[in-house]
This record gives sequence, structure tokens and C-alpha cells, in this order.
Amino acid sequence: MTAAAETPLRTPLHATHLEHGARMVPFAGWEMPIHYGSILDEHRAVRSGVGLFDLSHMGEIEIRGPEAMAFTRYAVVSDPANLEVGQAQYSMLCQADGGIIDDLILYRLPDGYLLVCNAANHDVVVEHLAALRQAADFDARIDDRSSRTALVAPQGPAAAEVLAGLTDLDLSDLGNYRAARGQVAGVDCLVARTGYTGEDGFELFCDSRRARTIWRALLEAGAAHDIQPCGLGCRDTLRLEAGMPLYGNELDRSVNPYEANLGRVVKLDKGEFAGRAALAAIQQTGPRRRLVGLQLAGDGIARSGYPVLIDGQQVGSVTSGTMSPTLGHAVALAYLPSGEAAVGGQVEVAIRDRQVGAEQVKLPFYRRPQ
Amino acid sequence: MVSDDRRYSREHEWVRQTDGGAEIGITRFAADELGDIVYVELPAVGTALRQFTAFGVVESVKAVSDLFAPVSGTVAAINDELRSHPELLNSDPEGAGWLCRLERTDAAELDALLDAAAYADLTGSP
Repeated sequence: MTAAAETPLRTPLHATHLEHGARMVPFAGWEMPIHYGSILDEHRAVRSGVGLFDLSHMGEIEIRGPEAMAFTRYAVVSDPANLEVGQAQYSMLCQADGGIIDDLILYRLPDGYLLVCNAANHDVVVEHLAALRQAADFDARIDDRSSRTALVAPQGPAAAEVLAGLTDLDLSDLGNYRAARGQVAGVDCLVARTGYTGEDGFELFCDSRRARTIWRALLEAGAAHDIQPCGLGCRDTLRLEAGMPLYGNELDRSVNPYEANLGRVVKLDKGEFAGRAALAAIQQTGPRRRLVGLQLAGDGIARSGYPVLIDGQQVGSVTSGTMSPTLGHAVALAYLPSGEAAVGGQVEVAIRDRQVGAEQVKLPFYRRPQ
Repeated sequence: MVSDDRRYSREHEWVRQTDGGAEIGITRFAADELGDIVYVELPAVGTALRQFTAFGVVESVKAVSDLFAPVSGTVAAINDELRSHPELLNSDPEGAGWLCRLERTDAAELDALLDAAAYADLTGSP
């Protein structure tokens, strides 16, 4: 968190973004592209063709050593023990009371794990892992590779076709949530079929010094598919349509996984792990509140922080909301008391001086065509 | 893109005098700064606006922004097209993307606004 107060960090693609006409904004201590002209155009490119994201701000932390598996298993709430090499898993780090410290994707490596965490939580995650390792005395090394690692992500239905022409990997062998080492445009990468857009897509981890080579090769190869550089603006609208939580909005230390509909990620039966006692108790009693999807019936857009009411009484708050570019109506995520959380349930959202009706709908708001 | 027959507020609204009143909207600079506009909330016909006071809301994908009246007046018409086509505010903010037509305006209030050259200075436009 120290970075936020200092000069913003820049990814290895910073100059490239400026060449593309990006609007840069401060984000989690970094200077990142919010868009290159139009968030809506970028959003549509990812839904219908392919968009290219620079996610080099995200944290990459490797855990290695004789007890890498035991330690990772102890640190996260999921159970990564049975992952095959190259397999990925969504997970979280939780504190003693079950509150979420960060959500992350972990990848099983031949000799350990790669954890990919949120940029805003990078320092906290590194410190938390170091403290856990020391307290429980695991024989494992924590290798923070964030500053040396770039992350470039082609996302969208045409991403596989574009990437296929640049890599020696057979992408038809690379399933969803799988990763493999290979070359992209002659650069060694970890090629992962993961993303945060609700579409098929890839995340390419490489040496920071080679990021421009990969970025340019993808733009060139994707020209036939009108590939579009994409900023954090459409990343947010894409993930929201796909019903995916964002740390800082839906998730924080005051929220536990059961409240966020992420109880399936928590493996209470894997043995002792950080946060287990509290999470087991919450699982027994059930969460007090739940994250729900809202579709607005009237005019307006529900935004983060707007009150959610039932019969004129505030029962919760919106955590994220936008005008869905794909669906054409306003959607939002909100926490409601568990007793009120039910698909079909009617609520109102207070938008300035008005109350706008909204219906609780099944998540995700958008699911890609199969 | 700053036209000569208009006056501009420091809050990036424009006003154009018409027969018996005025037309108001947001400037090209404001539209570009906001990015894709996806929702506009305008006052009902008959609402009295006061110069430099909030009268509506414009929402882009990322942000909610108040609209401030560049002049006082009574709303005689609102641009209904914006309800289904808020993107007009990006494509033609100083034309088809007008917001309201006002009556009972006071020409003296225009003196508190910027002319095209001064507004271009303010926004650093060429």
C-alpha cells in the first residue's frame, strides 16, 4: 500500500498505451489505462471479437520449496493439493475471523504454486504470506516476482484464433483454467486460459522486458479480428456482467466468502488452514447477508454505495452497478440480509431523490454462448 | 469545435440564444472528458432553473456528474431523444445532443459566461 502515496508505478507497456491514445488513471498505486477512447467499444470488442489487456499491475507470487504444497494449502481457503500441474484454481486468503484479505488465482507449477493477486493488495498479501509461513514454520519460499513479470491478456471469442498463430502450443489441448509453458511471438510465457471477462481468453505471463514484443505481435495478428486495446473501464463492466466480484467493491475484510456466494471455494474438510475455525462457524449458522444480482426496472443506474430498500427501509447497499452494455439495462450487485435474498424478490434502490424498483435476478447477468 | 454564437460556463455547459429563449447543453470538451454517456436525467417541462445551479445528471459508464444551468429560465422542452440515445451527447453534444430549451431567460446573465475564445483558453483547446 506504500506505492499509492508515491510516484505511481508504470507497467512495461506504459509508453505503448500512450501511443495508442490511452486515458491513464491512478489505480492501486499504478498508472493504468482506463480506456483508449471508448469503454463501450472496448467492452463490445471483448464480447464479439477480441480485446487486449495489460494487467501487469497484478501481483505474481511463487511459492516453492519442500513444503510448498502444505504451506499453500494452509494459507488459502481452497484445496490446491489435488490440482494437476498447469491447473488453475480460484481462491482466497482469509483472516482469523473469516474476512477476505484477497481473492486470487493460483496455478500449480511443477515445483510449487503461482499466486496471482490484486494489485491493490499486493503488499498486504506478501506480508500476510510471510507472517503465516513464519508462524507455522513451513519449509517454503515466497518469491515475489511481480516487478519482473508482465501480464498481457487477449480476451474474447476470437482470442484463441489470434493466439494460435503466434504460439507453439496446441491451444485445443489447453482447457479452461489450464496453463502451460510455451512461446508466444518467440517469448517464453506461462500461457493460461483464464480471465475476468466472462469470455474465452488467455493470460500470458512473461518477463517484463518482453511484454512489448508480445503486445505488438498480438495487435498485429488480431488486426483481422479488429483487436482492440482494452482498459480497466471495460474490465469492470465485463466482470460485472459476468457476475464476478471485485475486491474493494464486493469483497473486503468485513466480508466472508459465504456472504459473497463463494462458499463453494472454501474446503473445510482439508484440515487446518488460516481462518478455518471462523469459516466453519459461519458455514454452520449461515451468513447474515448475501450478495445478490439486481436488475433495475425503472430509469437510472444503481451505483456503488446507493441504499437498497424494502418497504421504504434500508436493508442493504449496492456494491457495484452499471448500465450493462451487452444487456442494455442497468444491473447491480448488492448485499441483502439472507432472509431477503431470493431470486425474484423485489427491492428498491435509492437513486438520488428517487426510489427505483429492482428485481433480484440469477447471477451471472451474462453468460457467454456455448 | 467551439462555435461562436454560444456562451460557455466554467462547468462546461453551453447556451445558445434562440427566439424567445435559449437552448442549453454540455460542451464537446465535457462530453470527451466524461467518455461514453449512458444515461441522462433531465428536469420536467415547467421546472424553473437557476443559473449555476444543478438541474440534472449525466452518467457515463464510470461516473455520475451534475449538470449546472448556464442561465436561469423555465424548461420549455427537453430533448426526448436522449432517453433512448444518450450517445448523442458524445457524437453531437453541441447539436443533436442539446439538453433543454428554456423560456423566460435573462440576456443579462450571459455576461457572466465565457465567449468561445475564453472557453477555448479554459479548456486548452486549439
